[in-house]
Amino acid sequence: MKRFLILIAAMLAVAPVAAIDTGKAFDDPELQARYDKMISEVRCLKCQNQSIKDSNVFLASDLRREIRRLIAEGKTDAEIQDFLVTRYGEFALYRPRTTGKTLILWVAPFVLVLFGGFAMFRILRHRMSMPVDDDAVNEGAAE
Amino acid sequence: MSRYVLPLVAVITLIVFLVIGLTRGDPRALPSPFIGKPAPQFELPKLKDTSATVGSSDLAGQVALVNVWATWCVQCRVEHQFLLDLAATGEIPIYGINWRDTRPEALRWLQQLGDPYVASGFDVDGVVGIDWGVYGAPESFLVSADGVVLFKQLGPLNRQIWERDFVPLIASGGAAQ
Repeated sequence: MKRFLILIAAMLAVAPVAAIDTGKAFDDPELQARYDKMISEVRCLKCQNQSIKDSNVFLASDLRREIRRLIAEGKTDAEIQDFLVTRYGEFALYRPRTTGKTLILWVAPFVLVLFGGFAMFRILRHRMSMPVDDDAVNEGAAE
Repeated sequence: MSRYVLPLVAVITLIVFLVIGLTRGDPRALPSPFIGKPAPQFELPKLKDTSATVGSSDLAGQVALVNVWATWCVQCRVEHQFLLDLAATGEIPIYGINWRDTRPEALRWLQQLGDPYVASGFDVDGVVGIDWGVYGAPESFLVSADGVVLFKQLGPLNRQIWERDFVPLIASGGAAQ
């Protein structure tokens, strides 16, 4: 157990890897916040399990540059998402929008939890309605 | 007996999803959102003569192949001989988008390996690449005479893929849709 805790502590101690664009993109903190949020939610298409915030491949830096440009041009977040989706498809967004095609992604977890809860309810009720096994109880008491 | 139905249905559902997921082919390949839609407009300086441009207006009125390439792209070297062969047959004009490259290296590449392109646009900062949804060279787009993207090939082209995916579309002139 102690070893395990030391291992966990060691893993937590690793310094967070520095983001690629450390410099500020915007002077306006509001725009900077939008930019930070946006780039952490766009998938790097070349390195598919990273966001473009975390990747240093040139496609990611190109996309960051385009997003900076669009924000500077006064485009809304929705317009920037449209920009990405028309070019790379819905897959480019880590937080898929609720459209007909992606609805299942949003609804399925809740449906599964409801289904699981219902199944558990059924099983528990079934068990509680079973007669108590007197022999087993007595045996346990006798020992 | 009925108590086995639900687990059985669950297992079968799982297996169906696994089979779909495992036989889908390259999981990194993304469907292009441009298929059946107008190709993005572009205009780039020509690689060989940066004072002139190549762009959408050059493609218009003919079925054309738009090939995204770069000298740093190993797979582009793999497909290069096929592109040369294809250009030699005169079946289709091939336009290049030299993506995120340096001009001297790109020119040397064409000089050493041969130039299959009617013209190559020099997309040094990758803006046109993004407009076309490019994420990994080589990528090849088949564009109809009226400027609609008919097909996108991700990865190196070869004779087999050409015959299977491109030739039927060219024969029907994009009329299939």
